[in-house]
Amino acid sequence: MPEIMNVVGLYLGAFFTFCIFSFLYRDNPFYKFGEHVFVGLSAAYWLVYIFYKTLMPNLFTKLITDFSGNLILLIPAALGIMMLMRIHPKTTWISRYPLALVIGTSAGISILRYMQSDLLQQLTATMINPVVSGDGVTTIGNFLLIIGTICGIYFFYFSKKQEGVYAVPSKIGIWFLMISFGASFGYTVMARISLLIGRLEFLLKDWLHLIN
Amino acid sequence: MKRTLPLVVVFMIGMIVILSEFIPHRPFSKINETLENWFMIISGFAMLLGQISLIQVNTSKIRNRDENWQYNLAGMISFVLMLFVGFMWGMEKAPGLAGHGESLQAVLGMKPFDYLFEYVYTNLSATMFSLLAFFIASAAYRAFIIRSFESNLLMITAVIVILGRSSFGAMLTGWLPESWNILHLPKLTDFIMEFPNSAAQRAIMISAALGIIGSSLRIILGIERSYLGSDK
Repeated sequence: MPEIMNVVGLYLGAFFTFCIFSFLYRDNPFYKFGEHVFVGLSAAYWLVYIFYKTLMPNLFTKLITDFSGNLILLIPAALGIMMLMRIHPKTTWISRYPLALVIGTSAGISILRYMQSDLLQQLTATMINPVVSGDGVTTIGNFLLIIGTICGIYFFYFSKKQEGVYAVPSKIGIWFLMISFGASFGYTVMARISLLIGRLEFLLKDWLHLIN
Repeated sequence: MKRTLPLVVVFMIGMIVILSEFIPHRPFSKINETLENWFMIISGFAMLLGQISLIQVNTSKIRNRDENWQYNLAGMISFVLMLFVGFMWGMEKAPGLAGHGESLQAVLGMKPFDYLFEYVYTNLSATMFSLLAFFIASAAYRAFIIRSFESNLLMITAVIVILGRSSFGAMLTGWLPESWNILHLPKLTDFIMEFPNSAAQRAIMISAALGIIGSSLRIILGIERSYLGSDK
């Protein structure tokens, strides 16, 4: 029986794959159907996932197994329910309290995390001796790294109008940013093509068994 | 009171979290751990809030028989089905309200939730994103090329990276002598990724970090209050 259901599953997968690919012709009912099913399934998937991976181990299981020992967990549970009060316009204000806790925690964590990992560590990594004896390419690269970082940061400095001589480092910063965006774009294209190859492999190998 | 008390809560909690970094002893270390746990639990409920909003929007369209309401109905049916099988028989190793659903597992070969995930959700998701492969390149070409030096720089880098990460790119420049090694497309791609790309990424990270730290401080000190919404 599982073998038959496996085949049914493959046909389901192929049907929905064609539903989405039908958009290449133009927007049509099959695409719209697949799109809405995707939205419905994603929403339900994430809800079930959060329930089993976050709420169950951190809240419900602890309360069920040892209620008196985990009484403090009733506070986040109550705050969570208060968060749901946002649904009704008249009770929206109640959700401000759990929101305050979430915002306060994330703001505090953000300051510490970004200060350490994104600010100090990146600054430290840029403060290097660029000259590597006997390796001209790395030396040039290191100079580019330092100049690009400084000019890139300067580009994001908006407190003073960047004109005249002050616009030069900003312009260089834009060039570096464009190179980076181009690289990211190239990787995105490659990732999407890789997904497309995966889809064709599914259709031709898993579903139709045309290729090995 | 409806606005002041949340502001006080944000200030106190934000300060506790920051202080706990510099005082890694009880009670601060414990408070921080507890707050992070609560944060996860409340975020879980916030996720539920999003799904309720989705249901409200879709049921409203279905009830009013808006244009294309049939698709909203299909979306809602798939939502309810996935939710039902997830809560009834669980996912992966987690049991649901009706246990693991052994009889259903014997038929499907896995849990119903995992079956829908593997055969429908994964296929839909991968196809949806692979669809962009057809549009992204042509759209970008039309958007960026021959507009300015900067846009050309973007496209040229993208082409180098795409070719450099494929065997075709290696073949194209494979004939170059050893002294011209840096122009070998895979090597050139490595160079771009390691130096100019890293420089720009660092600039973005440092600048964004400064922005985030500034915004977080404004929130903790009560200067930024937009998250509280209006007074209604």
